[in-house]
Amino acid sequence: MRRFLRPGHDPVRERLKRDLFQFNKTVEHGFPHQPSALGYSPFLRLMAIGTRSGAIKLYGAPGVEFMGLHEENNTVMQIHFIPDQCQLVTLLDDNSLHLWSLKQHGGTSELREEHRFTLKGPPGSPPSATQVTAVLPHSSREVLYLGTESGNIFVVELPSFRVLEDRTITPEAVLQWIPEDNCNRRSCELVEALREHPKNPDQILIGYSRGLIVLWDLQNNKATHHFLGSQQLENLYWQRDGSKFISCHYDGSYSQWPVSSDNRQSEPLENTVPYGPFPCKAISKIYWQTTKNGLPYIIFQGGMPRASYGDRHSISVIHGSQQTAFDFTSRVIDFFIIFSSDPAAEFDDPSALVVLAEEELVVIDLKSAGWPAVHPPYLASLHCSAITCSHHVSNIPLKLWERIISAGSKQNIHYSSMPWPIDGGTNIAPDPPQRDLLLTGHEDGTVRFWDASGVCLHLLYKLSTVRVFLTDADPNDNMNTLGEDEWPPLRKVGTFDPYSDDPRLGIQKIYLCKYSGYLAVAGTAGQVLVMELNDEDAEHVVDHAEADLLQDQEGYRWKGHEKLKTRDGPVRFEAGFQPFVLVQCQPPAVVTSLALHSEWRLVAFGTSHGFGLFDHQQKRLVFVKCTLHPSDQLALEGPLSRVKSLKKSLRQSFRRIRRSRVSSRKRRGGGGNASEVQEANAKFDQDVLQEMELAPVQRKIEARSAEDSFTGFVRTLYFADTFLRDSSRHCPSLWAGTNGGTVYAFCLRVPPAERRMDEPVRAEQAKEIQLMHRAPVVGILVLDGRSTPLPEPLEVAHDLSKSPDMQGSHQLLVVSEEQFKVFTLPKVSSKLKLKLTALEGCRVRKVTVANFGSCKTDDYSENDLAVLTNLGDIQIISLPFLKLQIRYPCIRKEDVSGIASCVFTKYGQGFYLISPSEFERFSLSTKWLVEPRCIVDMPEVTSNNHVHKPGTENAARKS
Amino acid sequence: EFRRFSLERSKPGKFEEFYGLLQHVHKIPNVDVLVGYTDIHGDLLPINNDDNYHKAVSTANPLLRIFIQRKEDADYSAFGTDTMTRKKNVLSNVLRPDNHKKKPHIVISMPQDFRPVSSIIDVDILPETHRRVRLYKYGTDKPLGFYIRDGSSVRVTPHGLEKVPGIFISRLVPGGLAQSTGLLAVNDEVLEVNGIEVSGKSLDQVTDMMIANSRNLIITVRPANQRNNIVRNSRTSGSSGQSTESSLPSSTPNILGSLLQGEEESDEEDIIIEDSGEPQQIPKATPASESIESLSQIELLHESTQNGFLPSSEMNLNHSTGSVSMEYEVPEPGRKSLEEDGTIITL
Repeated sequence: MRRFLRPGHDPVRERLKRDLFQFNKTVEHGFPHQPSALGYSPFLRLMAIGTRSGAIKLYGAPGVEFMGLHEENNTVMQIHFIPDQCQLVTLLDDNSLHLWSLKQHGGTSELREEHRFTLKGPPGSPPSATQVTAVLPHSSREVLYLGTESGNIFVVELPSFRVLEDRTITPEAVLQWIPEDNCNRRSCELVEALREHPKNPDQILIGYSRGLIVLWDLQNNKATHHFLGSQQLENLYWQRDGSKFISCHYDGSYSQWPVSSDNRQSEPLENTVPYGPFPCKAISKIYWQTTKNGLPYIIFQGGMPRASYGDRHSISVIHGSQQTAFDFTSRVIDFFIIFSSDPAAEFDDPSALVVLAEEELVVIDLKSAGWPAVHPPYLASLHCSAITCSHHVSNIPLKLWERIISAGSKQNIHYSSMPWPIDGGTNIAPDPPQRDLLLTGHEDGTVRFWDASGVCLHLLYKLSTVRVFLTDADPNDNMNTLGEDEWPPLRKVGTFDPYSDDPRLGIQKIYLCKYSGYLAVAGTAGQVLVMELNDEDAEHVVDHAEADLLQDQEGYRWKGHEKLKTRDGPVRFEAGFQPFVLVQCQPPAVVTSLALHSEWRLVAFGTSHGFGLFDHQQKRLVFVKCTLHPSDQLALEGPLSRVKSLKKSLRQSFRRIRRSRVSSRKRRGGGGNASEVQEANAKFDQDVLQEMELAPVQRKIEARSAEDSFTGFVRTLYFADTFLRDSSRHCPSLWAGTNGGTVYAFCLRVPPAERRMDEPVRAEQAKEIQLMHRAPVVGILVLDGRSTPLPEPLEVAHDLSKSPDMQGSHQLLVVSEEQFKVFTLPKVSSKLKLKLTALEGCRVRKVTVANFGSCKTDDYSENDLAVLTNLGDIQIISLPFLKLQIRYPCIRKEDVSGIASCVFTKYGQGFYLISPSEFERFSLSTKWLVEPRCIVDMPEVTSNNHVHKPGTENAARKS
Repeated sequence: EFRRFSLERSKPGKFEEFYGLLQHVHKIPNVDVLVGYTDIHGDLLPINNDDNYHKAVSTANPLLRIFIQRKEDADYSAFGTDTMTRKKNVLSNVLRPDNHKKKPHIVISMPQDFRPVSSIIDVDILPETHRRVRLYKYGTDKPLGFYIRDGSSVRVTPHGLEKVPGIFISRLVPGGLAQSTGLLAVNDEVLEVNGIEVSGKSLDQVTDMMIANSRNLIITVRPANQRNNIVRNSRTSGSSGQSTESSLPSSTPNILGSLLQGEEESDEEDIIIEDSGEPQQIPKATPASESIESLSQIELLHESTQNGFLPSSEMNLNHSTGSVSMEYEVPEPGRKSLEEDGTIITL
């Protein structure tokens, strides 16, 4: 009855488990999904981004990151830092205000919500009376001015959010000071902008939506000046010395206004429509920055001619005769300018323009000639083209790392050399223990190499496979090349480009050998490319081989997409990974598994039809094996369902593209066709809903049989040097696992190095195992005599791993979606198994071997399986005894794409997509934890900093 | 021909030896025979393995009456006839009131030539409102043939009646295993799958569990039609009449454990093809096999005594399928012959 004893009651093991495993979601990499607000503190040099789901993220120097989440999950509308404080205020779309502060705790700073507040009007007043439209944190740090839709400006005390009712600035009070003939009650509706006088904190500039602008004296409660604009007001900005301000308007114009003590009602100095004379769109925000040389920078958002460029998302920079309209690929959320924050400085001297667009962050260096972009160290747009797969490689040798960086730096020459301008806070996290690469494959046929060692996911190098193929789009077709005297002077910036020219280019599988620099990449149309790292540009012919995976099957006709056409003749490749051989699977179905053995110079690939082995040294196909079951009627006779599903997926992707185009058009178009588009979208949603309703919510209970379709789908490939035939001699072998629960083992004969080019590689099928539960095989692994997983190719050669134990008997671990099974080798007999699905109803989605080190002692580490299930749980299962160690809920089970995107590292960390543009990083290990640890100190406030009483400053500091 | 000889009750030996002894006593060394005996209820039951042999010897009172028939002209229907009638009287009245009259006399082949397809188990430990059904998919061409859906059921809780989500059988495929057993019906609530409660699990999870267990599926249901429940007190049992009231629900985990173990023993074995040779069943790695064997026997005995309904021969048979001689071979011919006689034992 020992078998009934439940595992995990050994106290020693329990203690050890605590030292080995712990689950943490550590940091989010990438670009926040659906950003909605931007804020910047020149004092802290920190930037804040709010999102539509209520998240708020702070970024400073690389590695300095904070995140907070509003409980309400409402859209963040505005973010304002309190001047000279580690505090900020957010306004949500439910009209609530939230005060957040950065506080030091246990050696690091933490972002915490301190207070929340919703402005309440007198009983019976309409909601618009208190709908906040403008927020001004006063430099005294004691009060917030809240402009509302009703035209009232409320004053609330900080940090208590107590409304100081006697200080409310009502429209009536304002109107007292305005001559009646050019104003009425309605001119004071909706406060569009509130700006404090840069030199005199007792004066604020109030801009009302209808064009009236008032300079208000807070001490005496009176309007000292008023300005009457003829156009609907969008925004205001003070000149640094407070002698002038600038207003921008709905009609695409901006005006400068003088503020002088003698003239109480002024006319604008200048009224300009920069992209006139035809009707233009609104300028929604404007900056006026002074410089030493006298020529100001005028930087504004929007203002494009309505008819011809109304759909552009632009920010224009005018400096003397230079003018550029930066053209973004997605909607501009907000922007700010980094300029001299020293209050004593006479001029602004702007250094950088920071633009938050909907899909990316773009920073423009305003100091260098030509205004080049700055390469951001974080907030990378992972989804510039949709991510189709990812691959993680731990512990990259320095040599390869440097070569990749050098290849990447050649791609980045058009970036500015300016150091990253947002540099607040201090990163106190220890240096990452090793160099890790995350490779992402994209829909447009590119592979991006990310530095995933630390908190900042940083793009090192981008590889494109497109050059090998002939596609409709000419890669030389450059949207940036606009004529000299083009007007408006648009310049495309940013990298976000979601439109794929050809979905067949999509990358499906990646395999990088970190020791040899060989890289294999496989795609949607059955293309498998083997590449080698070359530090120089080169022009060469890519060898081409075809692998017919349907050799012995007759009467089969592929009705899916065609293979990609290749370029004839030599192709020029830039420094970096350069393809030297292309293996084209026939039929050109999507490649579903890939393995590369750099020591044996072999690459194995599998599709839904079978798998093949290619010798990339001799450039010769070694063998192919068709895995289609003879009775897989669907796949054999009428590939109808396959075609249908393929067509369907194509249709869906087109629909998706069309939809995203439509929705982007909707955003551009503004009012007019928006409702129409919405209607169409609603209809589309309804269609989808109907489709879902047609399928009744019931599940068929049926055992899987050999006759099921898609059983031949190759799910996993694995190279191993092990005992396949007899226990005296080990040999190279290739293992393949299919969707139908079959495992094939091939015995390989690889000629010794000196005859490697002369003799062919031979392969012979040695074993075929049919798992009777017929669940898809998702992982195959051979354990050596010490029950340690076999090392990676070349790992031993590089002295980075102990050589495997070839004395004791090897074991084979087969992981299906439902069970884990250990078999003996070379004679296959079943030794152990763990049934996951039968007991828990969950299925294995991802599995990997991970090494877990103890946080207590340096000398203990063990290998376990890290498993992600379809329910989003992560389980750790011991090797070789297959005992469940621990289970953590990680991803919501409804988040199918999150689960599908998950990738584990070899040291117990992992990544999964929480949105198309963001990876969540998690750690299962107590030892390897990459999380932001940073500290934000209050910078020393110089005594002449601001015109306010020192007493208040001290008090504020204490708080 | 009659022969009379003695056996030592305490050391009956193995069936093979006994079989040899019979052949020797009757001087028919090369003739295949069927061996049967009459049990205490007067039923003719087969002796064809160690278990039922031991059973026969242990129940001999003191005389063990043994019948030997030549295999080729054996009257299979002779076996268990009395039991059959008895079952019919009780069960078919309960379960199939409509068709018991016209039921043709089925020729049932020898137990070693057929295998069970379904059974009700654990009747004595489950509440009367529940039914635990075992479906033996192993090797049958017949589909399991049922669908499940989400639904809600009303439970009595300390706070009164409460509506809770549940999983229900939504459809039976005509001709499928589930339908042909007559033990499952549309709108039956599924409570457990192979001893694991489904409450709190999603439809997809339960689907995956059922499919993963599809070769030996044990579903506990609360039948929608509660009128056909077996009234426990009037239970008539065959040779497993020893099951006592001492088997209380408190022993459930143990039973489940034994169920799972039993399942493990009778579990499918994977197939290996070496060097493109003949497919073979993958054997178990040796070390612990002996203890497993003995353990499983204990469990099976345990199970059959707990079992309120089945003649022990059937359970033993199930065991013998798993571990003794009935090796499962995958190449089609063998498999076909296995399936041909997939006669359904409905109770």
